[in-house]
Amino acid sequence: MNSPVSEEPGRVVVRLAGEVDLEHAPGVRRLLLDCVGRGKDMLVDLSRVDYIDSSGIASLIEALQATKARGTGFGLVAVSAQAMRVLELARLDRVFAIHADLAAACRSGT
Amino acid sequence: MRARPDGGGRVAPATGAASEAMLFDLHFPARADRLKLARAGVMAAARMCGFAEPAARDIVLAVDEACQNVIRHAYGDEAAGDMALTLVRRGGSLVVRLRDFAPTVDRTTIAPRPLGRIVPGGLGTHFIRAIMDRVAYLEPPDGCGNLLEMAKVIPKQENASDELTG
Repeated sequence: MNSPVSEEPGRVVVRLAGEVDLEHAPGVRRLLLDCVGRGKDMLVDLSRVDYIDSSGIASLIEALQATKARGTGFGLVAVSAQAMRVLELARLDRVFAIHADLAAACRSGT
Repeated sequence: MRARPDGGGRVAPATGAASEAMLFDLHFPARADRLKLARAGVMAAARMCGFAEPAARDIVLAVDEACQNVIRHAYGDEAAGDMALTLVRRGGSLVVRLRDFAPTVDRTTIAPRPLGRIVPGGLGTHFIRAIMDRVAYLEPPDGCGNLLEMAKVIPKQENASDELTG
């Protein structure tokens, strides 16, 4: 699991990679909540996530709720097939703003 | 982690059950950092049974979530214990048995959260039930711990090979 973070004007982009599982979800949760604290819109790139489970999804939900509480935006970008399947199973594909790529997310204003 | 490819599973099939073909039997510490190993085994076993990759990945998720429930809820704050994961092929199904040695869990408290409530947590049980065709808690042979059995029917086309039938 590695998770580079880049800041752009008005938004922070977190790129998750590898396996977001019970072992790594606590670190991902801390990272996402830290990024929420920067007070910018947030995009999470899931294109290189090979595996995500309920604990990883819980971290994304917590970050989504934290951004809502702060009045900032939250979106998922380039969701991998495995991650999309898990989001669909949880019916969260209708809850998260999901963008094909970073450019599409930027166009949408997230 | 100890693999037991000899078919010496800790949980024997119920008397009168269809014959089983052992795929693998792992006994490992109930720790988050061991789940990757279990997932690799489940993926290989599911593919060996003939499940297409998307279905195999679903099964991996269901088994992983069941293992997580053992770690987080059965053992909880107690000193980590062990669990035993057994996969067999039985009567056209892939059958997964997960045994732990924690205090017996009150099964009435095990329920997925309503999906309409967007809150962190509570999704694992939903995933298990959505993916697997049959999910049941069985009585452990010696009355100790918890025993979850899940089964996934191997689709006809994928079930064509009788290589693994017992």
